[in-house]
Amino acid sequence: MADRSVLTRDEVTIRLAGDSGDGMQLVGTELTNTSALFGNDVGTLPDYPAEIRAPAGTLAGVSGFQLHIGSYDIHTPGDELDVLVAMNPAALKANLKALKPSGVLIVNAEAFDEKGLKLAAYTSSPLDDGTVAGYQTFRVNMSSHTKAALKDTGLDYREMERCKNFFALGMIYWLFKRPMDATIKFIQEKFSKKPRIAEANLLALKAGHAYCVATEAFASSYEVPRAKLPPGKYRNLGGNEAIGLGIVAASQKSGLELFLGSYPITPASDILHGLSRFKNFGVKTFQAEDEIAAISASIGAAFAGDLAVTTTSGPGLCLKSEAINLAVMAELPLVIVNVQRAGPSTGMPTKTEQADLLQAMFGRNGESPVPVMAASRPADCFECAYEAARVAVRFMSPVILLSDGYIGNGAEPWRIIDPDKLPAFEVRKRTEAANFAPYERDEQTLARPWVIPGTPGLQHRIGGLEKKHMSGGVNYEPDNHELMSRLRAEKVRRIANFLPPTEVFGPASGDLVVLGWGGTYGPIRTAVERCQHRGLKVSRVHLRWINPLPNDLGIILKQFKRVLMPEINLGQLVRLIRAEYLIDAIALNKISGQPFTATEIERKILDIMGGSNGERN
Amino acid sequence: MVSETEVPRPQLSKKDFESDQDIRWCPGCGDYAILATVQRTLPEFGIDRDRYVFVSGIGCSSRFPYYMNTYGFHTIHGRAPAIATGIKAARPDLQVWVISGDGDSLSIGGNHFIHVIRRNLDIKYLLFNNRIYGLTKGQYSPTSEMGKITKSTPMGSLEHPFNPIAVALGAGATFVARAFDRDPKTMQEILRLAHNHRGTAFVEIYQNCNIFNDGAFDALTDKESKLETTILLEHGKPLVFGKTRNKGIRLNGFRPEAVHLDEGTYSVGDLLVHDVHRWEPTLAFIYSQMAEDPSLPTPYGVFRAVSKNCYDQDLGTQLDVAREKMGTGNLRALLNKGDTWVVE
Repeated sequence: MADRSVLTRDEVTIRLAGDSGDGMQLVGTELTNTSALFGNDVGTLPDYPAEIRAPAGTLAGVSGFQLHIGSYDIHTPGDELDVLVAMNPAALKANLKALKPSGVLIVNAEAFDEKGLKLAAYTSSPLDDGTVAGYQTFRVNMSSHTKAALKDTGLDYREMERCKNFFALGMIYWLFKRPMDATIKFIQEKFSKKPRIAEANLLALKAGHAYCVATEAFASSYEVPRAKLPPGKYRNLGGNEAIGLGIVAASQKSGLELFLGSYPITPASDILHGLSRFKNFGVKTFQAEDEIAAISASIGAAFAGDLAVTTTSGPGLCLKSEAINLAVMAELPLVIVNVQRAGPSTGMPTKTEQADLLQAMFGRNGESPVPVMAASRPADCFECAYEAARVAVRFMSPVILLSDGYIGNGAEPWRIIDPDKLPAFEVRKRTEAANFAPYERDEQTLARPWVIPGTPGLQHRIGGLEKKHMSGGVNYEPDNHELMSRLRAEKVRRIANFLPPTEVFGPASGDLVVLGWGGTYGPIRTAVERCQHRGLKVSRVHLRWINPLPNDLGIILKQFKRVLMPEINLGQLVRLIRAEYLIDAIALNKISGQPFTATEIERKILDIMGGSNGERN
Repeated sequence: MVSETEVPRPQLSKKDFESDQDIRWCPGCGDYAILATVQRTLPEFGIDRDRYVFVSGIGCSSRFPYYMNTYGFHTIHGRAPAIATGIKAARPDLQVWVISGDGDSLSIGGNHFIHVIRRNLDIKYLLFNNRIYGLTKGQYSPTSEMGKITKSTPMGSLEHPFNPIAVALGAGATFVARAFDRDPKTMQEILRLAHNHRGTAFVEIYQNCNIFNDGAFDALTDKESKLETTILLEHGKPLVFGKTRNKGIRLNGFRPEAVHLDEGTYSVGDLLVHDVHRWEPTLAFIYSQMAEDPSLPTPYGVFRAVSKNCYDQDLGTQLDVAREKMGTGNLRALLNKGDTWVVE
């Protein structure tokens, strides 16, 4: 066997695409974990259909998993693909345009039969008609090779066929010189109760690897060296998982028992699944009869003294609106997590969007100030969930935490935090009866006291009717409503007094600042850093808090000639910024159900900065 | 569970359960009698006021918590059972009472109503049924009779009414009872039984709205007619009614029928004997349908009282089991779980 060259790359973007029953998400996750364990930085983009099993082989059923592996600190799942694995013609058709010219294309060649081509609506085979001419195409009969490797397992053909995802993964592991130990361990654990299936998947994985060793199909393999991340102990962390951990951390640090009321909804259900496994932490999870019951039960739990959380996605947030307002009026602590997805209505449940911001801000009757914050990256979900809980309890208010399908389903390496270094989480529950008034307020925060039913001598009544200042009795007097409306608004505004100074990445003044929020963090950061490398005077600010906006934001933005605001919507935060600061911010919007690529934002920056041709100077 | 009876407590009175809020129901409303009966009954249980939480939705009846000197939460329309679920999950030791109306429980809150019953949450659930929307000034409700002329149905309602007892039984209720606002004595007895029940104790209370649906239950509550038009269900006793207790209910196939005991054909031995603890709810359901039949008396009292697991208690048990099996959760270990690696 001839020595084959090993090419070193700073970063590589790989997409595994197949039918939704092909197990692409599973092997994609394995590749991610293996790469993270190896020491790379990673960014992921799972992209799958809402249907559990769309008709096999059709475009509707294509499921993809994109992974960006870097030898440096990367922030996105990658723009264009270096490698595309297509398990069938539909997967090729749906994904080929993302592949770089001369990129590596690996196809399961035998899936390109008459039936497969017809299902993908190809009139001729793309492998033969010039469609794939500009790429390094490798045709591998993955199904046959898998079956050959599994012939002694006693599995039937269908069961064998289902192992071909691990054959493909074995090939990728060879191609990128990845160790297979972690995946071997994973297979053994996951299928521990089905030893035959475990054995078959292991054989398929090794067969894919061995195929590359033996056949010399690939002239070279690639190496993506370890990334130089800050020292520490790391693990891979997904966004939804991080929210669950952040909430548990808040419960543990505060000493409050945790109650989650939730109703299953894509893409937020994984938070419910995750938290329901933490019962030994005293976590109570309640799968309610509907979204309204989910939040209502959480409000009840908050009234009774628990750290209360409800999780949902956009359509669920619509249903929760009335109950959120009850929490506003009753001034009870509650964390509402919205993992946004493409809307309106049912929209595209598995695709990402940032279009619920204005709903979170204003989607309720009356003057209804609700703190709103947004997580920017999968691992950031941990800190955000923790902070949302802290602010909710400290200010006796519901807090909406916005995540989205992209960061919720995405994963990245996380430097594991020492629980002792988390910010202190103080809880004050009032127990002394003297001079008690249910709506008296803390001088600094304007929070009312939290008094738990069962506390001797402090029985009182709350509810959705307007409250009399201090006493909390039902009251319809004009001056009182004016006062209470302003107090509720001021309470939320005062959260800003407790926020750290806003960070500006790049010069504190200049030609352009890119202002982002939520899941656009990665592509914005990458785009801005590229432009900074070009010598452009571009900075960026990324908001975690949207209501209230940071106290220093207006001054910061005014140090720049232009403000650019990329959003995965038709322009929502930009309206608030324009209204708040009278700044002529420029909107960059995308509403395709997909995150921005860094290149899209970079191009816009270059356009604004005067049509630079993109050459580095 | 915290036992409320261990420590001797000062004897509370009705007055101790009255809040300082002015009551704003219309003069003559049936709600007054219910409020007074609840306030009069609670002191008997020897439980401190601060261990009670009254939770309500929206509607006339739902103002109830404001008038109780206990903890209270006047919430949003139809959602009281869901909010009560969270309260009980957080604090299973508290006495939680849900106060609701026919619109609140059976229209906008229908879903929560059936699900709280299905879970058998350990609460008391009082449904004030006046068969009308009062607070919105007189539209038909889900328990209004068909053909009802109201502000929103000038030509008569086209809808078949819900029978709350039947809905509750259909949802698997473990305790189902009916009381009348004008019969506080029986109501009090039912509240005592409800208090002793573990699980959702559902009590429908026929309540007169003297403004928008006055007299809806007159035939059942008037001194003159009530002995002929109603029948009290008493555990272990035959179903006898009538001014001279000369009539009874027997079962003819699946159909209940009223028979005379003084005509020689039937005797008490032919009558149904009420068993509140009967596990299968069929007979209770048959009783629930008697209210729809003008030839039969309307039953009140306790229809059913059986024992089933309670959601709130089982929830706590699961946490205990998890702690026993896995050990009490450790945050540091949780954060460090799974595959990790160290960057030097």
